[in-house]
Amino acid sequence: MNEKTEFLIAGDCGLIIKFGDTIDSETNNRIRSFCSVLEKKRIEGIVEVVPTFNSLSVYYDPCIIKGDRLIKKLSSLLKKSGTNSQDGGRTFIIPVLYGGEWGEDLNDVAAHAHLTAEEVIKIHSSTDYLIYMLGFLPGFAYLGGLDDRIVTPRLDTPRTKIHAGAVGIGGEQTGIYPLASPGGWRLIGTTPVKIYDESRDEPILYKAGDKIRFEPVTEEEFAEIKKQVEENRYTVKTVKGER
Amino acid sequence: MSIKITNGGMLSTIQDAGRTGAQSTGFSVSGVMDCDAYRDANHLVGNINGEAVIEMTYNGICAEFLCDTVIAFTGGNFSPTINGLSVPSYHSVSVKRGDILKMGMTMDSMRCYMAVKGGFDVPVIMGSRSTNMKIKIGGFEGRKLKTGDIIPIGHGITEPVRDRVLPKPEYNNEIRVILGPQDKYFTQKGIDTFLSCEYTVSDKSDRMGYRFDGAEIENNGTDIISDGIAQGSIQISSNGQPIIMMADRQTTGGYAKIATVISVDIPKLAQKKPGEKVKFTAVTLKEAQKEYIKKEKYYRTLFLED
Repeated sequence: MNEKTEFLIAGDCGLIIKFGDTIDSETNNRIRSFCSVLEKKRIEGIVEVVPTFNSLSVYYDPCIIKGDRLIKKLSSLLKKSGTNSQDGGRTFIIPVLYGGEWGEDLNDVAAHAHLTAEEVIKIHSSTDYLIYMLGFLPGFAYLGGLDDRIVTPRLDTPRTKIHAGAVGIGGEQTGIYPLASPGGWRLIGTTPVKIYDESRDEPILYKAGDKIRFEPVTEEEFAEIKKQVEENRYTVKTVKGER
Repeated sequence: MSIKITNGGMLSTIQDAGRTGAQSTGFSVSGVMDCDAYRDANHLVGNINGEAVIEMTYNGICAEFLCDTVIAFTGGNFSPTINGLSVPSYHSVSVKRGDILKMGMTMDSMRCYMAVKGGFDVPVIMGSRSTNMKIKIGGFEGRKLKTGDIIPIGHGITEPVRDRVLPKPEYNNEIRVILGPQDKYFTQKGIDTFLSCEYTVSDKSDRMGYRFDGAEIENNGTDIISDGIAQGSIQISSNGQPIIMMADRQTTGGYAKIATVISVDIPKLAQKKPGEKVKFTAVTLKEAQKEYIKKEKYYRTLFLED
């Protein structure tokens, strides 16, 4: 257990375990390894846990376990929990058609960065982005690791509707809109992959701790993958660890 | 087995206890705002705990029953009538095929619940029948009810009921809270203001959050690194006003939370109308959990009677 770890009371059915004061992959790793400890050592009374950038929310039923006892149990597990999470999660290869009508702000992003559109695509697709947490919408991943060169401010006026699968840049963040939603990010491309599909056993494709790698595809490949997705024949490629 | 909606009212949705277990992937919990009125309604018609009901807001629905069944109204009194005759709330009511339900505006509190014997049989999505209007899933086609909707009624396990009655709770304006998780972001003066002044429910309140107008709560900046939002979390907006996160809250957020409303007081809050005043008082975690366990025991016993 790190000396920075603290317990915060979030009402009579919730606790927040705070692992640090910053957004960094080391802190996020510790949260992830603690989550896997909790998955193995099921503590009776825990209803669900929600990992975020630097904390873990634990929701529980006080009829089964009271707050003080839960804190004791969690503290002792935290002492045993290490910082290592060697498995490193999965890396999902997300095909993206960049630019054109599917990424109408790509040229603006390029102009802002004084780069060509091709260079923006190359930079954006050459990083494996860590999923720090999911929130805002089902499957909306907060990713870390956007290259400084393509950081672009959000739109002054957010769009009232962005299509599902849109890939965007908003300030220092990049990500995918899993569902149609209003939003202010600059759209640079679209993935035909369904991030959220209620017919799947696990409706959300990935979880916190996994990574995302964007892979540029041509219009033909995009159309083919889209067709396969619609016919439920497409499986998103994953690789273990980083490249 | 179904009912036909002839007027959906202002905001009527199908809800149950909510969609828990998927918050880590960003799914809001949704579910009923007033879980006491919800459980009371199910008990009155002889359902097991957990069946889906209709939650109405401020005014009620009009509907025609397409089968014989038993219904019950709890929460606010929206003046329900069957074929023009007024029927009591917190009381089981037998209806016949062809009967016409009419309801009006609330006479007292914000939300009214209607349960039906067997429960409303909409598809279960990720363990719940609750409507999530933001992403348009669950409930009846993921949206609020409107004229012409035909809502199927289930064949769940039920107990025969005859003239089942429950007491209607009476609520004062005291909302009890536990300070934290981020009370350190507020000055002592800010916390004193929060716990001593009256706050008025704003008309901008909805199923996502209760907003208030009142004395400004002094703080040292309320931006935090986004973390989980529990039910009843009290965020303080940039202009120093409280926002209490309710059923349709986002799973995570980046505003400091001064306190959290205790679970047993959530139904009381969920029944407040815009313009009503509340006062926040602080209790300990121990006291809150004692109250919580007491209430859960009461409902466990109530449903065991079935």
